[in-house]
Amino acid sequence: MATGQKYYYDEIVRQLVLFSVFWAVVAMAVGVYISAELIWPTIDFGQPWLSFGRLRPLHTNGIIFGFGVSALMATGFYSVQRTSHVPLFAPRLAWFVCYGWQLLILLGGLSLLAGWTSSKEYAELEWPFDIAIAILWVSFGIVFFGTIATRTIKPIYISNWFYGALIIVIAMLHIVNNLAIPVSLTKSYSIYAGAQDAIVQWWYGHNAVGFLLTGGFLGMMYYFLPKHSGRPIWSYKLSVVAFWAFTYSYIWAGPHHLHYSAIPEWVQSLAVVMSLILLAPSWATMVNGVMTVSGAWQKLKTDPALKFIVLSLAFYGLATFEGPMMSIRAVNVVSHFTDWTIGHVHSGALGWNAMITYGTFYFLMPRLVGAELYSVRLANIHFWLALGGTMLYIISMWAAGVSQGLLWLSVDETGELSYSFSDIMASMAPYYALRLVAGLVFLLGTMLMAYNFYMTVRGRATVKMQPPAVDPVYGMTSEDATVGALRVGTLGAST
Amino acid sequence: MSGMSLHKKLEENAGLLIFGILFVSAIGGLVQVLPAILQDSLNTASANARVYNAVELTGRDIYIREGCSVCHSQQVRPLIAEVERYGPYSQAGEFVYDRPFLWGSKRTGPDLHRIGGKYSDDWHRIHLIDPRSVVPRSIMPGYPWLAERDVKTSDIQAKLRALQLLGHPYEQADIDAAPGQLEGMKEIDALIVYLQMLGSFHAEDSADGHSENQSGAH
Repeated sequence: MATGQKYYYDEIVRQLVLFSVFWAVVAMAVGVYISAELIWPTIDFGQPWLSFGRLRPLHTNGIIFGFGVSALMATGFYSVQRTSHVPLFAPRLAWFVCYGWQLLILLGGLSLLAGWTSSKEYAELEWPFDIAIAILWVSFGIVFFGTIATRTIKPIYISNWFYGALIIVIAMLHIVNNLAIPVSLTKSYSIYAGAQDAIVQWWYGHNAVGFLLTGGFLGMMYYFLPKHSGRPIWSYKLSVVAFWAFTYSYIWAGPHHLHYSAIPEWVQSLAVVMSLILLAPSWATMVNGVMTVSGAWQKLKTDPALKFIVLSLAFYGLATFEGPMMSIRAVNVVSHFTDWTIGHVHSGALGWNAMITYGTFYFLMPRLVGAELYSVRLANIHFWLALGGTMLYIISMWAAGVSQGLLWLSVDETGELSYSFSDIMASMAPYYALRLVAGLVFLLGTMLMAYNFYMTVRGRATVKMQPPAVDPVYGMTSEDATVGALRVGTLGAST
Repeated sequence: MSGMSLHKKLEENAGLLIFGILFVSAIGGLVQVLPAILQDSLNTASANARVYNAVELTGRDIYIREGCSVCHSQQVRPLIAEVERYGPYSQAGEFVYDRPFLWGSKRTGPDLHRIGGKYSDDWHRIHLIDPRSVVPRSIMPGYPWLAERDVKTSDIQAKLRALQLLGHPYEQADIDAAPGQLEGMKEIDALIVYLQMLGSFHAEDSADGHSENQSGAH
C-alpha cells in the first residue's frame, strides 16, 4: 500500500491532458488536409509523404492513439486514484507510460509517413512499434490495476471496470491481430492469410472501436458525469447489467464489416444478430447517462463543460443506433465502401469521443491548477463550433454515401449499369467541399480550446490533492456507506 | 437478488474482475472467430491460385506502402451491379496467398480485384504518374516517384523465406533467382506487373466449396 505518498500524482494527468490536446490539433489538421486533397488532388506536390495513402493512416492513428489514448490515460489515472483513495501505484512506471506513449506516437507517425505499414486498419504500425505498444500497454495495466489493488475502500467503482476492460481487451486484440513474421525492421508478413486475415483484422478493428472508443470513454462518462453534475448515477444496477452485456456482445460484431465478402455466411449473420443485440446495452448506458443529468439541467445554461458531456451522449446514442442499422445486410449493401461509413465514424469520433473528452478536460484543467478557466466565453464559442462542425460533417457524408451507394448499384431496364464510376465520383465534389468546411470549423474550435487551456495553466503549478482521510462515510468498516458514496458520485468531493 | 450479491463479490475483487472481463470478452472470439478462420473453405486455394513471384510480390508490397488499399477495395461483392462493373465476384480461394489481405473498406476509387488486363501497361504507367492526363476528373494522387526509384533487391530473399516459413510453396530455385528477376526494374514496373495479374487467380469452377453461401451472382 502506497501510504508513504500522501498526494495524488496529478502532474502526470496534467501532462497527458496537454499531450492529448496537442495530438488532437495535429491529427485533426492532418484530417482537414487530406479532405482538401480529395478536392485538389495535386496539393501533395508529388511528395510521397504528403500523399493521401500515407496521411490517412496518420490521421486515424493520431486521433485514436494520440488524442484518444492519451485522454483515456489521463482521465483513467485521475479517476482511479480518487475512486481508490490512493495515489497511483508505481508512479515511475506511470511516467514511463506517459512519455513512452508520446514518443511512440511521434516515431510511429513518422514511420507511417515513410510508408512503413502493415495496411491493417488502425493497426498499421509495423512490428517494432507493435512490440513497444504491448510493453507500454502492459505497464499501463500494471499502474492501473496496481492502484486498484492497493485501494483503501472495498468496492471497485463502475468507471474502473470500463477502463479495466479497455486495458485487458485491447491487449488481447492487439497481440492476436498483429502476429507476424518480420522480414526487416520495416516490413513483416501477417501470420494470417486472405479471408482468415480479414476476419481477425475486423475482430480487432471493430473491437478497438468497441473497447477503446466506446468502452474506454464510457469509463470517462461514468466518473466525470456524476462528479460534474453533482448527481448520482441514475441506476447503478443498470450500469452493472449494461457493462456485462456490452463486454459479452461487442466482440461478436466484427464480421459485419465483411458483408457480401468471401467469409462464411454464418459468420456474417451471427455478426448482424449480435450487432442488433448491442443496441440494448448501448442505449441503456445512454439512458443512464441522460437520467443522471436530469435534475441538473439548469447547469447547462452556464456550464460549457457539462454541455459538451450531455451533447456527447446524444451523439453516442445516434452513433450506436446507426451502427447496428448499418450492420443489417440490406442497409450495408448500400453503405459499405461509401462515405456513409466515414460519416458514421465521425459521428462517433467527433460527436461522442471528442465532445466528451472536451467536456471532461474543461472540467479537469481548472481543477488541476486551482484556477478559473481563462475564458468561459471562448469555451461556449467552442461548443457551437464543435456542434456545427459535427452536424455539417455527418450530414454531408451521409448524403454523399447514400448517393454513392445507390448510384453504384443502379442498373437500367436493360440491365446495363446506369452510371460510370468516375461520373459518380465527380458528383461528390460539393459534398467533399462541405466536409472540408466542417472539418475546418471543428478544428478551429479545438484550437480555441488549446489556447484557452494554455492561458489557464500558464505559470501555474499543479494543485497537490490528497486522498480523503478515512472517515465513517468512506472507511472500510462502513461498507454500505462506501457503496452509497460511490454511487451518488461524491467520492473525492473533498478535493 | 442472489445474482447481485454474487456480483458484489466481483465488485470487490480486482483479480476476479480481470478474469471476468477476460473470460466474457473471449467467448465471442473462441466460438465465432476461431472456428471461422479454421474453416477449410477459407484456406483452400482456388484452382488458379499460385504464390506471387518475386516481381509481383514486390509490386504488391509497393501497393501496400503507398496505401492504395486506403481508397481501392479488392473485394467484388456478389451483386449484379458489381459483377457487371468489375467482373466475377471474389472468392476465398483466391486470397490464400495474400498476407495481409487487401480487401479495403472504402472505395474512393473503383475496386481493383479484376483490374488485370483491362488497360495496357502504358496506360497504367501514364495514369500512375499523372492520373488526370488520362482521366481528367480523377482525384487520385500521382505517384511520379515510382518511375524514378529502382526496385529494392536486397530484401526479396528474406521476404520469400518468411513466406516459405508461413507455408507458401516456394522452391529454393525461386529464392535464388529472385534478386536477378528484379534487376534493372523501377518500382512502377513491379507495381504494374502486380496490377496486371490481379484477378488471374479466379477459377470459373470454384473448388472452394463456398459458392453456395453466395447469392445474386452470375
